[in-house]
Amino acid sequence: MAAIDVKNLVKNFGKFQALKGISFSINEGEIFGLIGPNGAGKTTALRIVSTLLTITDGSVTILGYDLAKQASEIRKLISYLPEDAGAYKNLTGRAYLQFIANFYDPKQHRQMLDKGIKITDLGVRIDDRVDTYSKGMMRRLLVGRALMTNPRLAILDEPTSGLDVINAQEIRKLIKNTATSGTTVLLSSHNMLEVEYLCDRIALISEGKIVEEGKPRALMEKYKARNIEEVFIEVVHE
Amino acid sequence: MSGLGNIIKKEVRELLTPVTFLPIILVALIFGAMGSSIQGIEQGAITPPVIGVITEDNGSFGTMASTILHTQAKVVYNSTTDSDQQTGVNTVKQKNGVALVVIPENFTERITHGERGTLEVFWIMKGAGVLDTISSSMLEGLITQINTNISRTLIKMNSTVNAMVILSPTQSMQTTYFKNREFVGLSPNVIVSTLSSQSLLIPIVMMMIIIMAGSIVITSMALEKENKTLETLLTLPVKRTSIVTGKIVAAAIIGLLLAVIYMIGMSYYFAGLFQTTSGINLAAYGLVLTSTDFIWIGVSLFVTLIAGLSLCMLLGTFAKNYKSAQTLTFPITMLALIPMFLTIFADFDTLPLGLKMLTFAIPFSHPMMAPRALLFHDYTLVIAGIVYVGIFAIIMISIVVWVFKTDRLLTGGTIKFTWLKKIFVRRRF
Repeated sequence: MAAIDVKNLVKNFGKFQALKGISFSINEGEIFGLIGPNGAGKTTALRIVSTLLTITDGSVTILGYDLAKQASEIRKLISYLPEDAGAYKNLTGRAYLQFIANFYDPKQHRQMLDKGIKITDLGVRIDDRVDTYSKGMMRRLLVGRALMTNPRLAILDEPTSGLDVINAQEIRKLIKNTATSGTTVLLSSHNMLEVEYLCDRIALISEGKIVEEGKPRALMEKYKARNIEEVFIEVVHE
Repeated sequence: MSGLGNIIKKEVRELLTPVTFLPIILVALIFGAMGSSIQGIEQGAITPPVIGVITEDNGSFGTMASTILHTQAKVVYNSTTDSDQQTGVNTVKQKNGVALVVIPENFTERITHGERGTLEVFWIMKGAGVLDTISSSMLEGLITQINTNISRTLIKMNSTVNAMVILSPTQSMQTTYFKNREFVGLSPNVIVSTLSSQSLLIPIVMMMIIIMAGSIVITSMALEKENKTLETLLTLPVKRTSIVTGKIVAAAIIGLLLAVIYMIGMSYYFAGLFQTTSGINLAAYGLVLTSTDFIWIGVSLFVTLIAGLSLCMLLGTFAKNYKSAQTLTFPITMLALIPMFLTIFADFDTLPLGLKMLTFAIPFSHPMMAPRALLFHDYTLVIAGIVYVGIFAIIMISIVVWVFKTDRLLTGGTIKFTWLKKIFVRRRF
């Protein structure tokens, strides 16, 4: 069964058409990257899959559930990390993770919290208020929050945004391991090295349309490119 | 452009938005409507009071009193015999008058013999608001004038009567009819001031709760957006209704807590205020709230709080940030203040139709009006209010939940005030 099956997805904001009938499918346990220039429609697509935005036309099926009709069922299985997400500033990191865990099965609270604290790797700062965190610490907290719930589908918008090289590397490894344990990952990124390292398959989106799709290595061969960045420039500028 | 000019231009651009202006325009319209209606009440203050007069006394002071009343008031019932008293009261009631004044047979005789002359006043009270006492105050003014004129005459005559009687030659025996009750010995002013002092607490508490809890709800929504936590919250496995209800209930708890703290201070103020009032025990006249009445007030308060906070929640969905949330609390503050002042200064029953409809339409009015209505066993108004506010709350919550299910919450709520935007754009620099 495909984890995500998107067919002819259209999204209009008033007269502006953000997505112009995109289609893609992601297998369970796969890491799928959605890449494209600013304003191409990546975040809109991720927000739709995350049940935040409604569909204008087309269909989206997630883990067997129809997004238009069964959004509440889908929310039990997914975890979404927005690009510019924040946390409740008057809570400590631990209290924030506990707050999120409380929405899930009570039997898993302890395990989720421990996992979240481990992922964030904030040490003693986990008990400090969130408003004292640096941008990097905040991002680690949010990645921890997104992955600690053992989602069947993780939707990560720029997961390493704001992180330094070392922290970004750790998060990438973590995402890789998460997929290995069965979680499907749909991510967007501007970092082509990250995309190349992480993704099993990618789709290039430009002006609301998917203009190319495939495995990173296959695409590099197709466009005779040394890396995905060159593929990206070649495809987007075509 | 200078640095200062540039800053001013940027600030004005930021502040000159429909969200800033619409609430103010709405409130201005409400005040405009209120002004027109209150003009009608003020009109009552400049027209002579409508009264009935029974003059049994043919003496000089009786005639003097009767002449003052006939020349300065609109007399709709005139008689010379006390046996017509009930007919007089009924006629004054029918003619929407304020009182029947009886000048008894021995009025002049008592004064000339060194005793105070008694004027019997049968008040027809229409409402328990401060503004409702305007006409009765005018008649009281005429009675004072009668007093003064008699004093002046006694002094001119070099009368030998007691100096105290010369200074205050009349006394009033007052009976007030209000909502099918008879209050012997009380004037409308005394009843209104006693009722007002006892029913002032709930309007103020209600206003405080609504303002405090309302701003908490609106700000909470604004902060969810500003701190970028809303998107995460909306993708968690929790029902939209739970998010909405959770926010409303939490704000209600905090609002109540803040109101309790506020009222601890206020209670001392009210304790002092009650001691300085007329000292009338309304319970002796059957005007006392029973435990059932308090349950009705509690239900009314609860339903109104939920309705008010649902409305705040809806406004909160339009708040983009903390700054815009502050603007959005303004209409709520006004909606809480308007019924508070109306219930203090006027009685629902005597309001002009337009103002009556406005008062009923504002949900916050109902718990403010409930105590006075329950004192006079007007359960219809209280129950109708609870039903109306309940329906209002259900509609508001449904709209909020619907908004939570749409894109509006994340895409910035596209209320298309195109016409208003055009005006702003056209007038901008």
